[in-house]
Amino acid sequence: MSGWLIILAIGIPTFAVPCIWFLGKSPNQREAMTLISAASLLVVVLAILPLVLTGVPVRLALVEPVAGLAIAFAVEPLGMIFACVASFLWIVNSVFSIGYMRGNDEPRQTRFYVCFAIAIAATMGLAFAENLFTLFVCYEALTLSTYPLVTHHKNDEAKAAGRTYLGILLGSSIVLLLPAIIATFVLTGSITFTPGGVMAGKVGPVVGGILLFLFLYGIGKAALMPMHRWLPAAMVAPTPVSALLHAVAVVKAGVFTVVKVSVYIFGLDYLRELALADVALYLAGFTIIMASIVALRQDNLKRRLAYSTISQLSYVVLAALILSPISTMGAALHVAVHAFGKITLFMAAGAIYTAAHKINISQLDGIGRRMPWTMGAFAIGAISMIGLPPAAGFISKWYMLLGALEVEQWFAVVIIIGSTLLNAAYFLPIIYAAFLKPEADDGHGHGHGHGEAPLPIVLALVTTASATILLFLFPGPALQLAGMLVGR
Amino acid sequence: MNTLLAHLPALQVVVPMVAAPLCLLAGRAGLAWIIAFLAAAFATVAAALLAYQTLHHGPISYAMGGWAPPWGIEYAVDTANAFILLLVAAIACVVLVFCRTSIPKEIRAGREHLFYCMYTLCLTGLLGIAITGDAFNVFVFLEISSLSSYALIAMGGRRKSLTAAFQYLIMGTIGATFFLIGVGLLYMMTGTLNMADLSARIPELQDSRPVLAAFAFITVGLALKAALFPLHLWLPNAYAYAPSGVSAFMAATATKVSLYVLLRFTFTIFGSEFAFGNLPLLWVLLVPAVLAMFAGSFSAIFQTDIKRMLAYSSVAQIGYITLAIALANPAGVQAAMIHIFNHGLMKAALFCAMGCIFYRIGSTRIDQMAGLGRQMPWTFAAIVTGGLSLLGVPLTAGYISKWYLVQAALQTDLWWLVILIALSSMLALVYVWRLVEALYFQEPVPGREAVREAPLSMLLPTLLLAGANIYFGLDTRLPVAMTENAALLLFQGPGG
Repeated sequence: MSGWLIILAIGIPTFAVPCIWFLGKSPNQREAMTLISAASLLVVVLAILPLVLTGVPVRLALVEPVAGLAIAFAVEPLGMIFACVASFLWIVNSVFSIGYMRGNDEPRQTRFYVCFAIAIAATMGLAFAENLFTLFVCYEALTLSTYPLVTHHKNDEAKAAGRTYLGILLGSSIVLLLPAIIATFVLTGSITFTPGGVMAGKVGPVVGGILLFLFLYGIGKAALMPMHRWLPAAMVAPTPVSALLHAVAVVKAGVFTVVKVSVYIFGLDYLRELALADVALYLAGFTIIMASIVALRQDNLKRRLAYSTISQLSYVVLAALILSPISTMGAALHVAVHAFGKITLFMAAGAIYTAAHKINISQLDGIGRRMPWTMGAFAIGAISMIGLPPAAGFISKWYMLLGALEVEQWFAVVIIIGSTLLNAAYFLPIIYAAFLKPEADDGHGHGHGHGEAPLPIVLALVTTASATILLFLFPGPALQLAGMLVGR
Repeated sequence: MNTLLAHLPALQVVVPMVAAPLCLLAGRAGLAWIIAFLAAAFATVAAALLAYQTLHHGPISYAMGGWAPPWGIEYAVDTANAFILLLVAAIACVVLVFCRTSIPKEIRAGREHLFYCMYTLCLTGLLGIAITGDAFNVFVFLEISSLSSYALIAMGGRRKSLTAAFQYLIMGTIGATFFLIGVGLLYMMTGTLNMADLSARIPELQDSRPVLAAFAFITVGLALKAALFPLHLWLPNAYAYAPSGVSAFMAATATKVSLYVLLRFTFTIFGSEFAFGNLPLLWVLLVPAVLAMFAGSFSAIFQTDIKRMLAYSSVAQIGYITLAIALANPAGVQAAMIHIFNHGLMKAALFCAMGCIFYRIGSTRIDQMAGLGRQMPWTFAAIVTGGLSLLGVPLTAGYISKWYLVQAALQTDLWWLVILIALSSMLALVYVWRLVEALYFQEPVPGREAVREAPLSMLLPTLLLAGANIYFGLDTRLPVAMTENAALLLFQGPGG
């Protein structure tokens, strides 16, 4: 009955695509189109929210090319969280994009906004997918639509990065994920996301373990090492792309899929019987620590943020594999929490680039006094990454730790605490340098007095930083959705 | 009307056959094209009607000239060959629209009517091979289609077109001769050429040496015509140097018809027990198929001429089809037939798109195509769609093929084939992406003037074919219903 809401959620960004294209000649109307679509999308998603919270099923079946393989959508709590985050941040990020793309005189802006809208449509489809097939289709569409954005600058570096991007993401999904989906279909006869999973009693522990690994590595967007290389490569893209897509939509699509597969395909109870699930947990822990260590050594700000993302993504994987309902809630919350924190950090990086044309951390001494809003927001984002109050990162980490303690998963406890220290080690020096170190002369003698970034940029990053705080103060709806995911 | 319907199987072949000399007599390009197009359109409608009848009312047997089978020539139409007929006729019809504008630019002036004559003749041959229920008749039509296709390739206008046609002539003749030797041996042993009759008599002669030899000759002969690795050497040059319309038509249909005959002989006439039980046909087909998947794709990666690249890609795709045949279960046969259909759609779309590019820049070399994506956006869109379908991306026809193929492989104990299929798809990703990158990212060749989009009369058929790749990725009722029934029939044999 409420299927038309899903049609709208996917249809609005899809419809925006030709509109943006035809308005390409007049940038103001084009940007207005993006903002209007983003706002109406948020309204639609927020209209679905109360239905999900009260347990009204929201479903939509489109076509069924082959028996058992349908393009169908059904909204469930985790997808709701993801859709809310992505649609809200599309507005904020569009405001940021306008400031950034105009401030830097980027070429090919129409194409940029077009691809962005396609990517959002794919993200909505992915968030609401009812089965693995639909999810896979949207997953691939997301990869393909973001490829032109990664290679936006069309230079050799962008092309090389584009190859890595496409090679790893398409490659892993075709070679590992697709066979895993097909094998699941053949073994269990169903690839529909079902509460409690579809594997129990149908797939033996060894095959189940192999499938788990095929899924974990096949979902390259979750960036479990060694599948992570596309993410630093994607940093050649303009910063709004890194902000919304490579901190939110694309990477969250990856961990979202991991959580969905573990909860609705494997089922937590079934995963507990798999000996290999522990091995996967160790691999996620390894990625968390390794990526943090690599992040420590990056001087390029965006690359450091990228490695931080890799590490934070594996938190979600780890939390899902702790296999206690509470930590699964933590995983679901972290999808949202990390999105707000990391998009703030990327927008701050973009603001610094636009205002000061600086890309390296070593150049940031004293910048906090010139750009107080930007660096203030950066500090809040960083605190959320570390997991300290009053930022929302605290909540998700709290639930992960609670869950790990509950099932006495000591390895996970050690990893979460250890990586918190590492996070602090690579974020706090940036904040310290920005606010407390004296501004260095840039060597060329022309210490031109740049100030804050353009208003749209500042507006966007202050919004997301506030959202990070607000999510800490009022986590109610998010907690309720996460609780529904694990049946609490 | 009813009499017309009753004679539909005969008209299916006779109409294009009569149209061919009419094209020649017409003498002028425009008139010849109209005749050829009407014939192809008729063939498409006839094939659609036959497909409908076979699907809903069962197989049709038509006695040519009123001579009852097994003495006379029987045209036996069931879902299996009705499906092939539909593919061949529909592709011929769409590509013919494309040819009207492209051909005058690609062959020597004043020969257009000869081209349409040969094209219609080739269509006749391919339809005849598919429809006939007589083993010797298959050979006759095989020769008709082969001879006309040698001529079509030679019309390509480049010096290499002649050597390519000659190379194909040698290989094709060997293939056809092998097939004829096989049929001859069967006739010697059974005294019949009717396929239904053959399949009834061969079981008692299973162990006789001539029957074994016949099987070997027929299989190798058809493998040559179907360009199964390593017998594919004629194919890359033939497709690369033929006029683009011919490449599109042949890539989509010619090798596919040979594969259909292979299916018919292997499963219906000899029976899968004989081929896969008594004889190791599994490995005979499986090893070349896997090699084709990898060698074809590898070679495709290193081509500079995109038509050649697509030709090598065809070698790889024929490998997938052969692999599906080698699985020797109904699911495999169904997968093979679905891929025959879907691959026809993707290759026709891609070769037509190459024709559009050739029309504008006079070359299909990848370095000449740099930056064309922005100047010819619709052609580029067709290439991307065809390429995605070739890769087997979901919502394209190629995905449906891969899905059925993998399902069929998982039903046997050869599950590791799935890994090979996935890996070879990755190679396809490399060569498809290489093309997209050149079209989209590279700066246009300096000194070349910006070109416009191809004329509408070429663009529309190309987009229609590209769109079919999407359509049949979403609505699979037609191919699935036809092939499901066809796979069962092929396994049972015509007698039921």
